[in-house]
Amino acid sequence: MSLGSIFDIAGSGMTAQSLRLNTTASNIANAETASSSIDQTYRARKPVFAAIQQSMLNPSQQGLPLSGDEGPGAGVRVEGVVESDAELQMRYEPDHPAANEDGYVFYPNVNVVEEMADMMSSSRSFQMNVDIMNSAKSMMQRILTLGQQ
Amino acid sequence: MAISLDGALGIHQPALEARIKRAEVLANNLANADTPGYKARDIDFAAMMQQAQQDLGGLGMEKTHDRHMDTGSMAPDSELLYRVPHQPSVDGNTVDAQQEQSRFMRNAMEYQASFQFLNGKVTGLKKAISGQ
Repeated sequence: MSLGSIFDIAGSGMTAQSLRLNTTASNIANAETASSSIDQTYRARKPVFAAIQQSMLNPSQQGLPLSGDEGPGAGVRVEGVVESDAELQMRYEPDHPAANEDGYVFYPNVNVVEEMADMMSSSRSFQMNVDIMNSAKSMMQRILTLGQQ
Repeated sequence: MAISLDGALGIHQPALEARIKRAEVLANNLANADTPGYKARDIDFAAMMQQAQQDLGGLGMEKTHDRHMDTGSMAPDSELLYRVPHQPSVDGNTVDAQQEQSRFMRNAMEYQASFQFLNGKVTGLKKAISGQ
């Protein structure tokens, strides 16, 4: 426990949010990527976040399990990136070069409006973590001036 | 009369430590603002200060035998509580980012205040030592 661990916590938050921003960018970029079969079509990707517990970081120093309490926690991690299993958009475009024999093309299940909202949310969360880091930095700088005139 | 540095600094040093710990817990809440199922936490600051005051030689219990239990440092994380959510979200997350941020800022200001007090004590001691 120290001010230094706030940097780790905010850093883990920034990593997670930038990965979320990455998946959003990838989803929006591929929103119009058509293909001729269902399994080749791009699907919207979403990161899954999970909290890091302090006991996961150093399993040797668990101490007495007094109330099954895991301590204050140590940030956030990305558990994985899952593909959305929402239905793909099937459009009838016989002139499309990727159209199948029936004249249909498959478009990804990316909801662009939802992705934009997600993008705003993740960039706000990123900013929040930067603010936390700045506050921790000024608190730390303050403690270095202890006893000076 | 001997000068004890710990005694001279008083309650301000544990207060500063408690502020740092609270900042850490609040930063963790904010980092997990988008984690499904995460429950926001906070520290009972009053309980922590009471503990610190007891440790400073208040009303703590004396150990007269080395097999007695240490009452001062028994559950170090027992002040860590879960927040009662105002408006829980569908994914089970109870972090309200705006509220947590305002609490973090307030905690940072109170940290500055504690620091100011501690700095005053240190400056006073330095003045006393140099005899100016």
